[in-house]
Amino acid sequence: MSKSLNFLLPTVGGIALLGGIAIASMHRNSGEAQIALLRDRVAEVEAHAKNAGEKVKMAASRAEELQAEIAEVQAAAQERMAQTAVLTAPAPETDEPYGIGRPALTEEIAAWDVDVLPDGRGLPEGSGNAFDGEEVFAAKCASCHGDFAEGVDNWPVLAGGFDTLGDEDPVKTVGSYWPHLSTAWDYIHRSMPFGEAGTLTADETYAIVAYILYSNDLIDDEYELSHENLGEFEMYNKDGFVVDDRPELEYTKWRTEPCMENCKEEVEVTMRSVFLVETPPEGGSKSEMNQATLEALPTFTAAGPSFIPEAAPKPAVAEEAEPEATPAAVQPTEGVDLVAAGEKVFRKCKSCHQVGSGAKNRSGPVLTGIVGAPAGSVDGFKYSKAMASAGDAGLVWETSELDAFLADPKGYLKKTKMSFKGLDDEEDRAAVIAYLNSFE
Amino acid sequence: MSIKTSRRAFLKGAAATGAGLAATQAAAGTPDPLITELQDWASYTGIGVDEVPYGLPIEYESHVVRRNVEWLTASPISSINFTPIHALEGTITPQGCAFERHHSGAIELRKEDFRLMINGLVDRPLVFTYDDIERFPRENHVYFCECAANTGMEWAGAQLNGVQFTHGMVHNMEYTGVPLRTLLKEAGADISPDKWVYVEGADASSNGRSIPMEKALDDVLVAFKANGEALRLEHGYPVRLVVPGWEGNMWVKWLRRIEVVDRAVESREETSKYTDVYEDGTARKWTWVMDAKSVITSPSPQMPIKHGPGPLVVSGLAWSGHGQITRVDVSRDGGITWETARLGKQGDTKALTRFYLDIDWDGAPMLLQARAMDETGYVQPTKDELREARGENSVYHNNCIQTWYVNAEGIAENVEVS
Repeated sequence: MSKSLNFLLPTVGGIALLGGIAIASMHRNSGEAQIALLRDRVAEVEAHAKNAGEKVKMAASRAEELQAEIAEVQAAAQERMAQTAVLTAPAPETDEPYGIGRPALTEEIAAWDVDVLPDGRGLPEGSGNAFDGEEVFAAKCASCHGDFAEGVDNWPVLAGGFDTLGDEDPVKTVGSYWPHLSTAWDYIHRSMPFGEAGTLTADETYAIVAYILYSNDLIDDEYELSHENLGEFEMYNKDGFVVDDRPELEYTKWRTEPCMENCKEEVEVTMRSVFLVETPPEGGSKSEMNQATLEALPTFTAAGPSFIPEAAPKPAVAEEAEPEATPAAVQPTEGVDLVAAGEKVFRKCKSCHQVGSGAKNRSGPVLTGIVGAPAGSVDGFKYSKAMASAGDAGLVWETSELDAFLADPKGYLKKTKMSFKGLDDEEDRAAVIAYLNSFE
Repeated sequence: MSIKTSRRAFLKGAAATGAGLAATQAAAGTPDPLITELQDWASYTGIGVDEVPYGLPIEYESHVVRRNVEWLTASPISSINFTPIHALEGTITPQGCAFERHHSGAIELRKEDFRLMINGLVDRPLVFTYDDIERFPRENHVYFCECAANTGMEWAGAQLNGVQFTHGMVHNMEYTGVPLRTLLKEAGADISPDKWVYVEGADASSNGRSIPMEKALDDVLVAFKANGEALRLEHGYPVRLVVPGWEGNMWVKWLRRIEVVDRAVESREETSKYTDVYEDGTARKWTWVMDAKSVITSPSPQMPIKHGPGPLVVSGLAWSGHGQITRVDVSRDGGITWETARLGKQGDTKALTRFYLDIDWDGAPMLLQARAMDETGYVQPTKDELREARGENSVYHNNCIQTWYVNAEGIAENVEVS
């Protein structure tokens, strides 16, 4: 054991009790001597006893002293505690600046301060119409939002839905719901296209916004949208919003002493869970429709449930999954680094493509096994005519072809649906191809 | 509902069902080999220090993870997953299983590459580095963060069978950060009450929200640590905004810009999203506060009662964006009778509070509900009350009372009641 750990050894302390029992040995030939010896012993024991008595007294008085000391220490600690409460304080505030940070430069503010206010403040100069916008939209937006802004899969619908806001499933589009046009311009310019945010020019943005308005029948295709008229454009639902009125409408009702007993006469289940959710060990969830009916369930009164279901219906309860055996350690192989680098590069593709087990077609096809596969051949994916005919003509995604395609998608195949601008860096392309190739 | 039996009769029946439940334990009278035999772990040595420089939960807890429901959103990059609140206790959410919501995926932003600009109606537009942020006086506070869409699916009725999925868009952490007002003052901002603070993230979604000046000066934090360590990348590393009690979308991650403006920007996230449509088609905007809410986390669909009748811990969480939770009531009969639960400890303001009801379960079916009250006297409403007030077109701000039907076998299911 190392010396530095000596403090962990139990310390030996306490009071050792002394007790002596005199055992006199018998001298057969000397009774007197024996008596004298015993007397001495008695005297000795008495002396010991006296000593012990004094020790006890001393110990008692020492204990009293210690008690007093403890009381003192405790009082001092309490005082300190009381002071600590006073010492707790929020971060100090000063009127003088701390002088931390540096001045923001005009160019820096111009680069980042690009938000647009409802009255149009913040818009850069420029213009566009729906006629121009249609082309930009088809190239950059339609893969998710559809050619007519109608939305693909779960991606947002941008057009239509007028007068559905009072329906059970309101269709909230730019046309039917958005109160300010500035919001559309601001969001598209800063955050779209998904996966390539911040790449649209001002004119492209005006044209896309004009095309969305046109798709909503709010303008004709010659209407020129610009920084001069966008702030004044009146949206269909401009008066459709009220500021949070929960305080007046709800809090007044619900800040009240609640009922505790006999709050209802009878309670019955009116709806059971629609989706039973399994939680598999690999993560995520699997949901399936619940087939159970209301029939088998009791009603409740203050006396309890009306009956105990004889065979209580069992919804598929998520099993507390036994952890899977630890997967075998991945053997380091050549190219692992490239694959890992490729996985990072693939993030640029992920907004449209999935790869690996469980991958599904999204706005782009599944890419599992794409290296070496014929073009346009992923089951269930609706390709552009251009891609489908390239496949028919015998195009196979050999590494070199993929590399060329990824370098400049639209240059390689003019009418591809893929709106991605391409990977300039050769190493990035090699890495992402290696990554794709790592899936069988 | 024609079969009626007396309460006494079903208690007998319940006792019988309870018998088979203790199968994992050795039968009474048979010595337990886990005790009588020398076990490997009591004989061989364990794992040395440093073998795992940053510890993860033991493999036997590997099911306690965030999970998503794939079909809820168009793409996992603009999506949501859920905190496993059914399997957690106490109040602090470990960062590694705290729910995620990204609009353009979680980005990796190095501290060295972090810049925070403050501009607009300020005397001194400034740029801060990460190190600059750590030089301002800081504070520590525990706050819950709840997505406005938490429980949103359930407007349409009982939907997802699991508290992780119905209520898991919430987490609760201790944040370390600089009060936003400190940075506003540093820049000499116009802090008059009609001004707004627009905050924006550095990721591709550039999520931006407008915060009224009163709130900005109150308790908003520019946070750089959570639960004592750096923020996780999925929660906005290195710096995020903490907007106590207000909807999670405003807690801008990867914070890059604070602009003082003279009106709300009315960005996409505060007009087309995070607004609440009434029955007549008009919509509520600026519904920032998360009203008082509670839910029983165990028993719940993912946490069935496995031990049969007898002592049972009913455990749950309550929170309010208006301040402290002052009381939680629990009903076992779907809201006919309520009992006041025990609070684990007095909750922090705008933070999760744990509550318990320690009962002797008789094995009869239950309709378990919890009902929170906060320091303003607000009482968590029923689903019917919410629907009456707002209609059924809403997505956000569903803080209704949740019901679990627990059957005699202890299995719980998400239901709606009359």
